[in-house]
Amino acid sequence: MASIDIAAIHKSYGSIPVLHGVDLTIRDGEFVVLVGPSGCGKSTLLRMIAGLEEISAGEIHIGGVCVNDLQPKDRDIAMVFQSYALYPHMSVADNMSYSLRLRRAAKEVIAGKIATAATTLGLENLLQRRPRALSGGQRQRVAMGRAIVRAPKAFLFDEPLSNLDARLREQMRGEIKRLHLRLGATSIYVTHDQIEAMTLADRIVAMNAGLVQQVGSPLDLYARPANLFVAGFIGSPAMNMFEGTYRAHGAGFAVITKDGAAIPLGRAYPCEDGTSVTVGIRPEHVAISSAGGVAAPVDLVEPTGFGTILHLRAFGTDLKAFTLERQTVRVGENLPVALPPERLHLFDAQGIRLG
Amino acid sequence: MGRIHDQGPAEVHEEVTTASLTATRRSTPVLRRLAVASEPYLYSAPAVILIAAVMLVPLALGFSYAFRDVKLLDPFSGGFVGLDHFRELMGDKTFFRALKNTVFWAGASVVLQFSFGLILALLLDRPFRGRAIAQALVFLPWAVPSFLSGLNWAWMFNPVIGPIPHWLFALGLADAPDNILSDPHNAMWGPIIANVWWGIPFFAITLLAALQAIPRDLYEAASIDGANAFQRFRSITLPFLAPTIAITILLRTVWIANFADLIVVMTNGGPADRTQIVASYIFTQAFRRLDFGYASAIAVVLLILLMAYALLIVLLRQSLLKRA
Amino acid sequence: MTRRFILGTIAHRLAILAYVAVALFPLYWLLKVSVTPNDLLYSEGVRMWPSRTSFEHYAFVLEHSDFPKFFKNSVIVSASTAFIVTILASLAGYALSRFAFRGKYWIVVLMLLTQMFPLVMLVAPIFKMLAPLGLTNSLTGLVVVYVAFNVPFATFLMQSFFDGIPKDLEEAAMIDGATRFRAFRQIILPLTLPGIAATLGFVFTAAWSELLFALMLISGVDASTFPVGLLTFVSKFSVDFGQMMAAGVMALIPACLFFLLIQRYLVQGLTAGAVKG
Repeated sequence: MASIDIAAIHKSYGSIPVLHGVDLTIRDGEFVVLVGPSGCGKSTLLRMIAGLEEISAGEIHIGGVCVNDLQPKDRDIAMVFQSYALYPHMSVADNMSYSLRLRRAAKEVIAGKIATAATTLGLENLLQRRPRALSGGQRQRVAMGRAIVRAPKAFLFDEPLSNLDARLREQMRGEIKRLHLRLGATSIYVTHDQIEAMTLADRIVAMNAGLVQQVGSPLDLYARPANLFVAGFIGSPAMNMFEGTYRAHGAGFAVITKDGAAIPLGRAYPCEDGTSVTVGIRPEHVAISSAGGVAAPVDLVEPTGFGTILHLRAFGTDLKAFTLERQTVRVGENLPVALPPERLHLFDAQGIRLG
Repeated sequence: MGRIHDQGPAEVHEEVTTASLTATRRSTPVLRRLAVASEPYLYSAPAVILIAAVMLVPLALGFSYAFRDVKLLDPFSGGFVGLDHFRELMGDKTFFRALKNTVFWAGASVVLQFSFGLILALLLDRPFRGRAIAQALVFLPWAVPSFLSGLNWAWMFNPVIGPIPHWLFALGLADAPDNILSDPHNAMWGPIIANVWWGIPFFAITLLAALQAIPRDLYEAASIDGANAFQRFRSITLPFLAPTIAITILLRTVWIANFADLIVVMTNGGPADRTQIVASYIFTQAFRRLDFGYASAIAVVLLILLMAYALLIVLLRQSLLKRA
Repeated sequence: MTRRFILGTIAHRLAILAYVAVALFPLYWLLKVSVTPNDLLYSEGVRMWPSRTSFEHYAFVLEHSDFPKFFKNSVIVSASTAFIVTILASLAGYALSRFAFRGKYWIVVLMLLTQMFPLVMLVAPIFKMLAPLGLTNSLTGLVVVYVAFNVPFATFLMQSFFDGIPKDLEEAAMIDGATRFRAFRQIILPLTLPGIAATLGFVFTAAWSELLFALMLISGVDASTFPVGLLTFVSKFSVDFGQMMAAGVMALIPACLFFLLIQRYLVQGLTAGAVKG
């Protein structure tokens, strides 16, 4: 196991820049998730760590060793691909032992390592099968088995669950997390799914447009998103956002919306009176109570079984609220809606978090 | 873990032994970059070098021969003669007849091959019992080496040993059971028929592949809309096939125009050079008269004509694309 | 409706039958004459099948002529060409399939161009180039020329087969510890066996049938390939039709065999070109 240092990494394809300078340190044994929309550069970064892409500028160190000039085969890392990339003409056992056979390891050593990995992943009965005779989940486990057998310095995962259906994805997520608890391996995991990021990560690296937007624990990103991108990307249903002006209001401060409504703030924020700001509040924090709320008409009701998503119109904007209480309200009726000040997030005109 | 050194095309292997955490702004070093960048060239080099040596170099050489007197049997030949060959060419009646023959040969061959090939492809498009066998048998002529196809048909046209002259006579299409290949007016048909027999499978296979790529539900939708077989052919099959047809015909025409094997085998360009096409004329000049200079001059003219044809196609495509 | 269907089906089958008959008749005739004994050859010229069959022509061709030598030469040349072309085309096709590099455009253009212009133009210069190297009248010279002629088409063929194999297979192998070349050999090539078979078949057939360059470059009987041998036979002994046809039938055998093997892949390959592992 090893730590990974990524320093000032830039990547361009020809004259088109894709990564604009990424600095990141991944601690030994940590599970870091790179998350972001398609094209943000997360897969490119992962592939640069693996050695499958050239580094345009900057350095990558694995376990203290600079790997810029090392071929993938010499970096001692293992990768799990989105499409599993199992060798179709080899059995499961041969797939998992390929790397060991390349290094001319002894037969008994190989057999032992395969047996251990197979037991860990529940593949004992599948060792002689070909990949095409396996289900999606089984293939993914073989791909992980192939990685585990190597006992590498780090594991790289490139959207491994994207090809699975929703139910299987849930199941495999748990298995990956359990595996990490058991092996304690340094892992870098790329996904576009924020739920996977939140549930699996020790730390999340949110990326967008070739830049790191925020690095922190899942709860950090959830409770204190550093900018509008992270605020809108993490959490489902997505955070409500609307624009207004920060003004002194009564004894304290408030955000005045476009239609003149005042949303009271619990404290002062580090910006000047009259600044344009964006206010954010998560649907699950929108208070639907009977006391002191603004009457908001209901546009749409989406029951999810677990809770209900309500689409409302309030404060001059469309607002989504999520509540666990059983709702009998119908479209067109009014509900009292309040925005608890301690749950508000304020972002300046550039989208950066205020306070 | 041991290190494996496998001698592949791109085997520059660098190892960094010092651990340094100073983040200097550097990228993958030059040597490794060079190794990675040269990989594709190393893989493709053997093929490219061979092609360049065996095809490009002679092309250039041949071009130079057109302006020199190069006769294989004359050890003193090789001198520069400028445009002499071309002047001779301008007055060469055989050459001009060869030009005409090339057009007739290519035109008739392509039209017949395409038509019969299309019909065959349409017949094979729908599954039926015995289709696999029928397909294999019907595509068999393509497996026959072209020279054998030529000889085979030449023998069939020969009244001594073949049935065709007798059948033509019996059907009243000929005055006497003569060898069509000896008839100066109709000799060209011999190689054409052999060419059609041999070439139908190619068109049929290409068109069949294109037909099978048409999504079936389009036909079903059209049926529901009320179209009969002919209307479905016109409004679905033809538009889908059009690009394939266009490309195949254009490329095939060039290829057939230059396909000299059958003519050399069946008539040798005769009787009296009446079935020569430009390509076979080049060959007979080079092979029989061993006059490389003259042969190369004809080749140069052929190349110019081909480039003009290619240019025409490109312009046609541009104008079609503009209209679309 | 049913009657129209039946009529349509009958017409369809008849048409197919007609095509099969036309396709097979020349070959049938070849076979027929080859087994017609000499004394019946001219008297029974136009009969569909001789009253008496005999294999005397085959015996003669095999024992008293140079045809076995011609056959052997053709097999050597065609097999060597097929083998070497497949190797070169696999390497080049792999490069075209996997890499994006600046020279790629020019290599593709080069290969396309070579498919376009008439090879017969090169007959004279190639002769003059090979003569001082001692490669005229030699099987080696033929192989060199044939390999160069067939590599472009074979490269495109192999490229389309490689395109059907996902790139992350090599990447997984490289991460597992293989160099790219090793991954190419151990992982990718085994998955393109159908493509390799198709390429071998195509090139073998093409080399087997090549006439003009063989005619030009080979002058001696010892190095003659089958087409050349057959033609010289024809021109020298233009009366011995039975023997010539027997030789013709024997010339067919390898080509037809290969064709029947690969014809499955032809339509498949032309339609999709994708190999699902």
